[in-house]
Amino acid sequence: MNPDQIEYNIGYLDEQTKRMIRRVLLKAVAIPGFQVPFASREVPLPRGWGTGGVQLTAAVIGADDTLKVIDQGADDTTNAVSIRAFFHKVAGAATTTRTEDATIIQTRHRIPEASLTYGQIMVYQVPIPEPLRFLEPRETETRRMHALNEYGLMYVKLYEDIARYGHIAKTYDYPVLVNHRYLMAPSPTPSFDNPKLHQSQALHIYGAGREKRIYAIPPYTDVESLGFDDFPFEPQHFDQPCAICGSTGVYLDEIITDDAGGVMYACSDTYHCERTAARLNEEIPA
Amino acid sequence: MSDERPLLQVRNVGHRYGDWLGCRDVSFDLWPGEVLAIVGESGSGKSTLLNTLSQRLDTSEGSIRYRLDGGDVVDLADLSESAVRRLWRSEWGFVHQNAADGLRMHVSAGGNVGEPLMANGWRHYGRIRAAATDWLERVEIPRDRVDDTPAAFSGGMRQRLQIARNLVVSPRLVFMDEPTSGLDVSVQARLLDLIRSLVSDLGLAMIIVTHDLAVARLISHRTLVMKDGHVIESGLTDRVLDDPQAPYTQLLVSSILQG
Repeated sequence: MNPDQIEYNIGYLDEQTKRMIRRVLLKAVAIPGFQVPFASREVPLPRGWGTGGVQLTAAVIGADDTLKVIDQGADDTTNAVSIRAFFHKVAGAATTTRTEDATIIQTRHRIPEASLTYGQIMVYQVPIPEPLRFLEPRETETRRMHALNEYGLMYVKLYEDIARYGHIAKTYDYPVLVNHRYLMAPSPTPSFDNPKLHQSQALHIYGAGREKRIYAIPPYTDVESLGFDDFPFEPQHFDQPCAICGSTGVYLDEIITDDAGGVMYACSDTYHCERTAARLNEEIPA
Repeated sequence: MSDERPLLQVRNVGHRYGDWLGCRDVSFDLWPGEVLAIVGESGSGKSTLLNTLSQRLDTSEGSIRYRLDGGDVVDLADLSESAVRRLWRSEWGFVHQNAADGLRMHVSAGGNVGEPLMANGWRHYGRIRAAATDWLERVEIPRDRVDDTPAAFSGGMRQRLQIARNLVVSPRLVFMDEPTSGLDVSVQARLLDLIRSLVSDLGLAMIIVTHDLAVARLISHRTLVMKDGHVIESGLTDRVLDDPQAPYTQLLVSSILQG
C-alpha cells in the first residue's frame, strides 16, 4: 500500500484515547505529584523509547502548537528529529528548536536552560515513575505509603548514600516532594535541573507508557528536593565554562575527544549553546 | 512504670481463616512492664494469636482494647489503617522469627536501625547515625559494623540487630515470634539474657511466642498455654511450669528432657 494513502487521526491517537488521557491529565494536575493510572496505548515506537511522552504530546497537541523535542538537551539526535517530524506529519504542528517559541517541549531528561514561561508545557518521558520502587518492590505497599504519606523509606536511601560516600550520591531522578504532599520521581533529569521545577511557570507533565502512569506539576507549585538538615540537597555544579560558548552555570556534557584521555565539556542544551555562541560572534566581529 | 490500668485488654478474641478458626476465645490483660509468654506446639494457634493482637491479622471476634501513650483506651478494630501503622511505627515493636523478615538485608545496619527514626520524622543524619550506633552497642554489635549489611552478619547478630531496630523508637509493647529458635544454644542463652535486661531496663511490656518452655521460664512473668486454638491454662510462669493443672500442660512439662 502506498504510505501516502494512510489517513491518521489528528495527533495519531484516536479521539477516545486522547479524551481518556486528557481526563487523566486533569486529575494529575488536580493532585500534583500523584501517579494516575491510565490505559497506555501502542504508539509507533518501542516501549522505553518515550511512549508515555509521545502519548501525552499527542493528547495535548493541536495545529496551532509549536513543538520542540530534545534528547539529553540536544535538538538534533535521531529520536528528537523523528518525534518532531512525526507530530509535524500527524498533527500538522509547527516545530522549532527555539525554547522560547515552543508551546510544547517533549524531553528525555533535561529541562532547557532558558527559563520557561507561563503557557508552555514540558512533556517528560518517564521510565520508572515510582520513586520508592527499588526500595519497596510491592506496588500495593508503595501505593499505601503514598496514601498514608509514609516517606521515611526514601530517607533510608539518602542515609545509605551518605554512610557510603560521605554525601548524597544520587545525581539524576533525584526525589522531590511536590506541593508538600506527594513524593515524586522527576524522571531521570539531572539533579542540576531540580531547582527549575520549584515554582516553575510552566506546566510539567510526566508520562510512563510502559508503567501506565501519568503525573504532573502545575505552574507555581512548590517542589522540594529531599535532604537531611545537616546534609541538604545540593544540585550538581560545574567548575569550568562550556568549551564552545563559554556559558557558566549550565549543565555540561563530557565529550571524549581522543584516546589519550582528552575531554572537553560543552553545553548539553544545544539550542542554548548555539545562541550564546552566535551572540559571542556578533559582539566580537572577526 | 506502674499504672493502675492494663496496657492491653483482650476479650474473647479469635481469628478465622475462612471456616477454620486459627485461635478463639482468648482473654487476658497485659500490664505495663509485664512479659507474657504464649507456649504450645506448632499449629496450636500461638502465632495466629500474636499476629491478631498486633493487628497484622484482623480480629474476627472479640475485642482488643489498647491504652495509647496519651492515656486514651481504644478498641484496635476501630482504628484506621493509618492509626494502626502509626502504632507500629511508634509504640509497638515486632521481632520476627526469621531476622530477614524484619530487616532490609541490603541496607546497612545503621540504615536498618535508623529507618524507624526516619519514619518518625527524624531528618538529621548525624543524630540518626549517633542513635543507631548507640543501639548497636546496646545489643553488643561493634560500632565499626554500622555500615555493614545484615547479609554479612551471623544469625545471632541479625536477631540482635532486629531487636535494636525495634527498640530504637522506645516502644511500649513488643511482640516477639520465636526470637531464639534457629540459633544455637549458647547464642540463644546470650540473646535471652540481652532481651531480659533490655526489657527490665526499658520497662517494656512484651508478648513472646515460643515452643520452648525454657525460654518462657527464663524471661516471662506469666504464661498462656495453647492447644488447638484455645488457651487451656494460664497463670504465673513458675506456677504453670512447676504445678501444671491441665493434662496437656503436664504432658508438655514432663516431656522436657531432664538433665
